[in-house]
Amino acid sequence: MLDVPSPAAACGGAGRRDGSSSDSAPLRGRHWWPCEAGSAVSARSVIAALLLALLCVGVSAQDARPLADDPVLEAQVMRIAEELRCLVCQNETIAASHADLAVDLRKQIRQKLQQGQSQQQILDFMVQRYGDFVLYRPPVKSSTWLLWGGPFLLLGAALVGLILNIRRRRSPASVPLRSDEAERVRRLLGEEKSEA
Amino acid sequence: MKRYLLPLIVFVVLLGFLAVGLNLKPREVPSPLIDKPAPAFKLARLDAPDKQLSLQDLQGKVWLLNVWASWCVACRVEHPLLVDLAGSGTVPIYGLNYKDKRDDAIAWLAKHGNPYVASLSDTEGLIGIDYGVYGVPETFVIDKAGVIRLKHIGPVTPEVLRDTILPLVKKLNA
Repeated sequence: MLDVPSPAAACGGAGRRDGSSSDSAPLRGRHWWPCEAGSAVSARSVIAALLLALLCVGVSAQDARPLADDPVLEAQVMRIAEELRCLVCQNETIAASHADLAVDLRKQIRQKLQQGQSQQQILDFMVQRYGDFVLYRPPVKSSTWLLWGGPFLLLGAALVGLILNIRRRRSPASVPLRSDEAERVRRLLGEEKSEA
Repeated sequence: MKRYLLPLIVFVVLLGFLAVGLNLKPREVPSPLIDKPAPAFKLARLDAPDKQLSLQDLQGKVWLLNVWASWCVACRVEHPLLVDLAGSGTVPIYGLNYKDKRDDAIAWLAKHGNPYVASLSDTEGLIGIDYGVYGVPETFVIDKAGVIRLKHIGPVTPEVLRDTILPLVKKLNA
């Protein structure tokens, strides 16, 4: 179980650093990054980001090695692995994770593809062992309808709320005007008409 | 007063969801293998690599399958409990030595005690995958017909043993 920082995050940080390389301010101390409102970055963290970026060069090189064997197969492995959730680092796909189990499962996917199994067969193999949890796109069934329908339910509720609100604002006040108020309205409207 | 009612309801509902969310254990993924036949295996014994043990050999009794490894720190936490349990003779414990080196595993057992009737060497972790193992330790309760009745993820605690595993074993043996 490796807790490797996500290379994507490290690379993202490096990208931002490069983006403002003409500006030497970040190295002088506190500086507001244009794309990250609210976070001050010190020289030390810039150096840390650079080191992380170096680390991520190493990491991605390690990741890319098996591609040399058979790029087509490897692309297929990765496509399937991206559909699967790593159970150790639960917010990573099996394609992205460096956990031992993810490496083993990628190996399984590779072997099964070599044996001529289809993507569906491989996904079924994983679900049989790890449950629907392993799928990044869980199937629609009674236990997941709230997951799939929830956003639409919220959207519907928000729309109903919006419509009710607009209607309430549009409907004329039901309280009748007092006689002096009515007089004032007439006067104001009359004045407006004469000006127009 | 009424205008505060709706935000209050929304707040309370949200609070309820958050409270439930805090008490969920997302690390413990429910196994789809519960009440399903245990996946077949035929693996070399750790103590005698030339001898193999298969699922069929264990039919007809209630037993525990404990996934362990010498590199697993959490295994040390539950290990004394397993040694005690083995000593009591309540239920046979078989070990699945998961992705381990044989020498390390044998040395580890010599140091910490061996609660296992036998340990199976799953060097490549393939049987682990069949059993949906994604962390070590994990413990399965398997009944006389070879059906998985319980999967416990993480170290077995005295509470889990007393309140869940032992009553289940008793029930299955009855």
